[in-house]
Amino acid sequence: MIDFFSDQLFQLVWNGLFVGSFYALVALGYSMVYGIIKLLNFAHGDIYMLGSFIAFVVLGGAVGLLGTASLPILLLVLLITMILTGGIGVLIERVAYKPLRSSPRLAVLITAVGVSFTIEYGVRLIFGAEPKVFPFRMGGETFSVLGGRISLPQVVLMLIAGGLMWILQAYIMRSREGRAMRAIALDPRASLLMGVNVDRVISRTFFIGSALAGAAGVMAGAYYGSIDFLMGFTIGLKAFTAAVIGGIGNLYGAMLGGLVLGLLESFGTFVLGGEWRDVFTFACLILFLSIRPTGILGARVVERM
Amino acid sequence: MTDKTLLPRLDRLSRITAPLPMRERPPALSGLLAPKRFMSMLGLVLFLCALLLPFITASPYVISILTSAFIYVMIAMGLNVVVGYAGLLDLGYIAFVAVGAYTSGILSTQFGFTMLETVPFVILACILAGLIIGGPTLRLRSDYLAIVTLGFGEIIRITATNLEVTGGASGIHGIPTWEFFGWSFADGVELGGIFFSAKVLFYYFVVFIALGVATVGAARLAGGKLGRAWKSVRDDEDASEAMGINGYKAKLSAYVIGAVWGGVAGSLLATHLSAISPPSFEFLYSALVLMAVVLGGMGSTPGVIIGALFVSLAPEFLRDFAEWRYLIFGVLLVVVMIFRPAGLWPANYVLPFLKKRVAPPVPTTNIPWAAASKADIAAAEEELDAAAPGPPAAPLAGQGPVSQQDATEQGSRQ
Repeated sequence: MIDFFSDQLFQLVWNGLFVGSFYALVALGYSMVYGIIKLLNFAHGDIYMLGSFIAFVVLGGAVGLLGTASLPILLLVLLITMILTGGIGVLIERVAYKPLRSSPRLAVLITAVGVSFTIEYGVRLIFGAEPKVFPFRMGGETFSVLGGRISLPQVVLMLIAGGLMWILQAYIMRSREGRAMRAIALDPRASLLMGVNVDRVISRTFFIGSALAGAAGVMAGAYYGSIDFLMGFTIGLKAFTAAVIGGIGNLYGAMLGGLVLGLLESFGTFVLGGEWRDVFTFACLILFLSIRPTGILGARVVERM
Repeated sequence: MTDKTLLPRLDRLSRITAPLPMRERPPALSGLLAPKRFMSMLGLVLFLCALLLPFITASPYVISILTSAFIYVMIAMGLNVVVGYAGLLDLGYIAFVAVGAYTSGILSTQFGFTMLETVPFVILACILAGLIIGGPTLRLRSDYLAIVTLGFGEIIRITATNLEVTGGASGIHGIPTWEFFGWSFADGVELGGIFFSAKVLFYYFVVFIALGVATVGAARLAGGKLGRAWKSVRDDEDASEAMGINGYKAKLSAYVIGAVWGGVAGSLLATHLSAISPPSFEFLYSALVLMAVVLGGMGSTPGVIIGALFVSLAPEFLRDFAEWRYLIFGVLLVVVMIFRPAGLWPANYVLPFLKKRVAPPVPTTNIPWAAASKADIAAAEEELDAAAPGPPAAPLAGQGPVSQQDATEQGSRQ
């Protein structure tokens, strides 16, 4: 027990926070889109996957040109990927979701499944089904803090993730466009009457959410070193779980939910073993939904069943 | 004493008849071209064709792909109950197929049950699984259900991969064929000089169970009281609750019945493949079943059969497009939802050459502002009487028979 506290505890917490920051980044996009148009964007996890594949291509080109890759180049690639995945997110919204905005929710959900399918197998068609090795692998010495091991890339990635979340938070809470988003989340029709360009704001939401997912994809590729066309599926599910745990539609909830889920997983894996990790996560989802469906930070709204 | 005082009153009461309808109703449709009759005759003919098929070609390849296609039809009919009738998006439906397949697989290979004896356990296991997932989550909105079922599908698959009793990643092998009280399909049977091999016998069994019992059963269920409750909950849960339907119970029953359908189909699938392993139950297959239901038409029996046959047989015909297949399916799912949200054969679609029930217009005499149109109706009715003495059939412009006609079409749908 003493051993556990001295060696394992910090390591588990750190691992949980690290993985949780990825989840939070993806969950933010999920939660934002859900908050604004009440759509479960199943393709969101696949945009994460798309992000790592775009970075795979761009970074591969950069490594080919320069002969080497370094952290600043990775950051540049991250920026390019974010813009590209954001654009793809907007495109998806225009092509697949916008024509269905007034149809029943079942139709939109099925469309989202179709989009997810299209992206996954489109990528498979281009890159093949085998996992690809990411051209840049974040190495670096590890140092120990409070008995746990931390590597430099982990710190850098967490800082990037935290920075992105801080920028998003400031954008939504302080800027005029962010206020428009919050207004639409409250009542789309009323904001339309007040002169908010609803279509444009929805597009912008998709752009931001997809860009964040893309960023998470690049970071995951750089950290884990291998990517494949189905990697977005599980992350999408977990990001949704994170969003639900935090309270879906709530910005801070998504961040908190991601971290909580990361910690839960980290400890769950320690207790049950790695092969049961996903089972544990989804069991948490079901448990959370049955006990507190509005999440930790979600408002107690009288919800239509 | 009671006799003297009460009887006359009772007598008078018994003579009270229900008020006559305000308008004469069109006669019920009859004959071979009545939509309902026609569709059931067509179904019977197709069913007989499926039964006679092995006499035309009994090549193992054809029998095998048709067997799996018909099992697929049964899976799709089960999902149709959940998605089409009750409007619950289930993205982990293949998990119930897995529960059924694994239950019968484990019981038959490790405990020596015959396949027939495993059926009650399969049904029990599926009811239990349906209650565990549906119980807590069906109180919530359908989006949550969609993702929870997705997670549930993954849980089942990962559990099957990690448990020892399910054979881990390599799965279960050597699942026996069906046998009935000592007589097994494996023996084959010779009738009238024709030898039916085990494969052909199993094919017949599947045609009978999947096409006959499952399809007709699901369609009949949908037409009954429970089915109408499902559909009303799907269309407007609040309104149906106001009419005295318990939405939660209706949804849960649809979910559990769908699960049982999937489980029995899974048990058939286990025998057909004789080996099952976790990769057969990935999300991909849930999406393909959903695709079959959506493409054919949610809630429409002929549509779902067509969709299931398309999705399961397309890979055989599109061998050259193997790489493109899933991409095409994904795009098709989006395109169908945008341009034809009710599917290829919508639930209330009636074949054009069948008889149509035309209801006479409803007069709107008591509404002041409708007084002007009253004159139009009178004129139209005169015209009708002059044209045809029988049931009125001429189209009337814009007087609202549309909604009533829709209602009759819905009533007469398959």
